Amino acid sequence: MKTYLPLLIVLALASAYGFWWKRRQGAIRSNKAIPGHRLNAAVLGQPLGSRATMVQFSSAFCTPCRATHALLSQMVTSMDDVKHVQIDAESHLELVRELDIRSTPTTIFINKDGIEVGRAAGTPKRDQVLAALAAIN
Amino acid sequence: MSEVLENKEVQKIYIDARGPRFSATITTIILATALVTHNVWVLAAQGLVFLIGATRGPQFTPYGFLFKNVVKPRLKKIAPTEDVRPPKFAQSVGLAFAFLGIFGAVADRSLIFTVATGFALAAAFLNATFNYCLGCEMYLLLVRTTTRRK
Repeated sequence: MKTYLPLLIVLALASAYGFWWKRRQGAIRSNKAIPGHRLNAAVLGQPLGSRATMVQFSSAFCTPCRATHALLSQMVTSMDDVKHVQIDAESHLELVRELDIRSTPTTIFINKDGIEVGRAAGTPKRDQVLAALAAIN
Repeated sequence: MSEVLENKEVQKIYIDARGPRFSATITTIILATALVTHNVWVLAAQGLVFLIGATRGPQFTPYGFLFKNVVKPRLKKIAPTEDVRPPKFAQSVGLAFAFLGIFGAVADRSLIFTVATGFALAAAFLNATFNYCLGCEMYLLLVRTTTRRK
């Protein structure tokens, strides 16, 4: 006896979720900042950028993390007021919990005072990064 | 970069990134069949594939061998590579669902079978269609919750 209803439900729900997820990947969202939370050079192990810093949380084995790192580190070579910092999520679990990081790569965009102005899960596009950085002053 | 993949040491860690997606497509078809026919044997067969993938690695499953010998030679020579561990972890997630589904069938709990198979199917479908890796998305959350806070 064949029943197609469960299959149709699964495919419909999974497709909806898939499209939603795909749209969010790489998009920079500014509604997840923890109020009052600041990052600083001591926590990051490196000085902040004079205008902005992109803090990328990565895992040891994570192909999108490599792609994100390649993109962001290349972009900052031409920017003297923006820095890119990579943090290994697994060895910084307290920070991961404080910032409620759910997956890697997650890149936190912070201003010169260490306050988060946006974050992106997944690999962002170059244009999205430029737009997000331009909005930080 | 593809010649690097021929090296046995590298093969332990890096695989052709197109392989798991091909396997996910076959997995989707098998699990859809299991769901429609409500047949535990089909689920069990897929469970066996998950078991091989989770323990030895996705490249050692029948789908992996099929990819390597039939599909890959027909693709572009330059292979995008990825670490084998996230796909391997994703296979163990599939295995967990398969166990649950088999339990549901054996214990005559039809709903458990359907829901578990449905979830496994959703994960395979998402991977095949959107390149979504459920294991990758879950991994950090898992580490976060199972590691004690200092």
